[in-house]
Amino acid sequence: MLLEIKNLHANVGNNEILKGVDLAVGLGEVHAIMGPNGSGKSTMAQVLAGRDVYTVTEGEVLYGGRDLLDMSPEERAREGIFLAFQYPVEIPGVSNTYFLRAALNAVRKQRGEEELDAMDFLALIREKMKLLEMDETLLNRPVNEGFSGGEKKRNEIFQMAVLEPKLAIMDETDSGLDIDALRIVAQGVNSLRSEKRSIIVVTHYQRLLNYIIPDFVHVLSNGRIVKSGGKELALELEERGYGWLDETVPAGEKA
Amino acid sequence: MTLAVKESEELYLKSFRELEKSRASGAPGWFAKLRNLGMEAFADLGFPTTRLEDWKYTNLAPLTGVNFQPAQYDFSDKLAEQIASLPFVSFETTRLVFVNGHYCRELSSLAGLAESVKVTNLSEALRTGGSSLEAHLARYADFKSHAFVALNTAFMEDGGVIEIPKGAVLEKPLHLMFISTGGAEPWVAYPRNLVLAGRESQAAVIETYASLDGNVYFNNSVTEIVAEEGARVDYVKVQAESEAAFHVATVLAYAARNAGIQTNSLQFGARLGREELSTVLDGEGAESFLYGLYVTNGQQLLDNHSAIDHTRPHCSSREFYKGILDGKSTGVFNGKILVRKDAQKTDSKQSDKNLLLSESAAINTKPQLEIFADDVKCTHGATVGQIDPEAIFYLRSRGIGWEDARNLLIVAFANEIIDRIKFLPLREQLKKTLAAKMAGGTR
Ligand SMILES: Nc1ncnc2c1ncn2[C@@H]1O[C@H](COP(=O)(O)OP(=O)(O)O)[C@@H](O)[C@H]1O
Ligand SMILES: [Mg+2]
Repeated sequence: MLLEIKNLHANVGNNEILKGVDLAVGLGEVHAIMGPNGSGKSTMAQVLAGRDVYTVTEGEVLYGGRDLLDMSPEERAREGIFLAFQYPVEIPGVSNTYFLRAALNAVRKQRGEEELDAMDFLALIREKMKLLEMDETLLNRPVNEGFSGGEKKRNEIFQMAVLEPKLAIMDETDSGLDIDALRIVAQGVNSLRSEKRSIIVVTHYQRLLNYIIPDFVHVLSNGRIVKSGGKELALELEERGYGWLDETVPAGEKA
Repeated sequence: MTLAVKESEELYLKSFRELEKSRASGAPGWFAKLRNLGMEAFADLGFPTTRLEDWKYTNLAPLTGVNFQPAQYDFSDKLAEQIASLPFVSFETTRLVFVNGHYCRELSSLAGLAESVKVTNLSEALRTGGSSLEAHLARYADFKSHAFVALNTAFMEDGGVIEIPKGAVLEKPLHLMFISTGGAEPWVAYPRNLVLAGRESQAAVIETYASLDGNVYFNNSVTEIVAEEGARVDYVKVQAESEAAFHVATVLAYAARNAGIQTNSLQFGARLGREELSTVLDGEGAESFLYGLYVTNGQQLLDNHSAIDHTRPHCSSREFYKGILDGKSTGVFNGKILVRKDAQKTDSKQSDKNLLLSESAAINTKPQLEIFADDVKCTHGATVGQIDPEAIFYLRSRGIGWEDARNLLIVAFANEIIDRIKFLPLREQLKKTLAAKMAGGTR
């Protein structure tokens, strides 16, 4: 297993948001996490990336057998975890290229690879930009500043393509994308699929899953995975919504 | 021993009288008279106190408590070597170098300067007696109401005098470099600069302050800049004094019709630094751009006072300042914009943004608009914030370490000002100066 989440509980302040999540992701697998708004999908994604506004109160997460929760966000990134943010952050004054080069070199250093010089870096960047049909002018602009919603999402997947993570977590990457952009982004993601890379696709709608076909689908509801299945579960959710799942709350929870 | 304010003021008067004896014959009459007027004004005014609105946040006790002696220096090859290693020296500019306020011929270089452009040091200019000096010196910076201008006027001896004739365009910037060093006793120097840009001329002037060691000294400078009709002046002032030093600077930039002045002011050093920068837009169509950055840590107090005086219609001013404050330091920003009755169609924007890196650091920021015309567009704003934790997390989630992420964000914040500087080598150097200061941390 690349990732094992066991009975994960997490709070914001005194408010418990994750209430015992269990999930195991094997190398090379694509898992979709679906669920209604506010069910804790982003919280789970952010906890995996190391965001400190969330406190883990119970449970553990193993990444390649190591205690993930013990690692700083930058260590996690250098060890191959990548989170495509639901709301990418604008960073005025820092150019996209500068940022990406710093990130790539940090990751490469960890992998024991040499830092890329400006020329090689540019060549790599150009290739990945083509993959996502991105406008080159975005490179010299400050990170995400003034980007449209779609540009921001594309920029996230572009970063993912450059950093080549072992575990990619995509949080609502489809929201804000029109159908053409969605297709391009999905193509980009599919081209990154490999037996050495696992992907967790967090989404609210199953639309994206028409393009990125998952191996497993899980439903997160009220801070817990309440149902798991194959790709057909996504279609069922599309048809029936999330309401019927309320009856399938795990046995222990019923009063 | 620290002095009471009265004692301190007495010592300046005494020092002035002694100086008068020794320099009785040399200077032209008008100049001697000016110095006397300066001294009289200072005797009248005394040092400003925190009871004055303009000095509310800047207590001068640490400065008035020190018995400063007139600055001395001897040129030596060793000194030249040390100076050569300073940042800012290697620039491809023409330059006048001053050490402890005294002109240093050996290190100055005016090679490549067009014949028509007159660049010299003040004491030399007084000897050779140009007519424009008398016509302009001390006509802009008001010594009657400003104690430090008065002191400077009383004691002024040297500085840069730059005269750019009508229509001339300077290829390279002119660098006025003030270097401070040594001295067994704390010393004081009074750099006095005058920049005259003739009609339709274009010039860039850089004024820098740096020190070779951490000594206690006091630079009290005055720079007057005149941009005649249609002239463009680009002025950068860098204050990178020793962190034990005192620096009080007054800059007055006067813009005539259709003239344009850009100022970039950067304060890094000094235990107590105060800069008063005023621009007067005194002809239709004049414009000014004021950019400033102050970076403080430890126990520093850096005070930035600016004033923009709109006297005529159709002038515009843009003022953007930023502060980065760490440790137990204090920053002050006061930006006054005066729009006089005749200055219709004034277009003025001002902002001051601050980044507080420590809970013990403080910033006092105050915009001050005084508008007497009715058809104007004026906006201003001030912000004080911390580093955005979401931005930090975003960077860290990409593998960039906490410290690098933090520095990246600080530098990005500062670069918005630094990148306004037109002379690229200076930009690059200032980025290094900033990095070095940040590496020094919160001493
Ligand atoms: N930083 C936060 N501060 C306060 N409440 C939060 C924070 N993050 C998430 N929550 C709350 O936790 C719940 C789950 O949110 P989230 O994980 O964003 O859900 P989802 O991504 O599934 O829509 C919501 O009720 C939300 O308001
Ligand atoms: Mg979400």
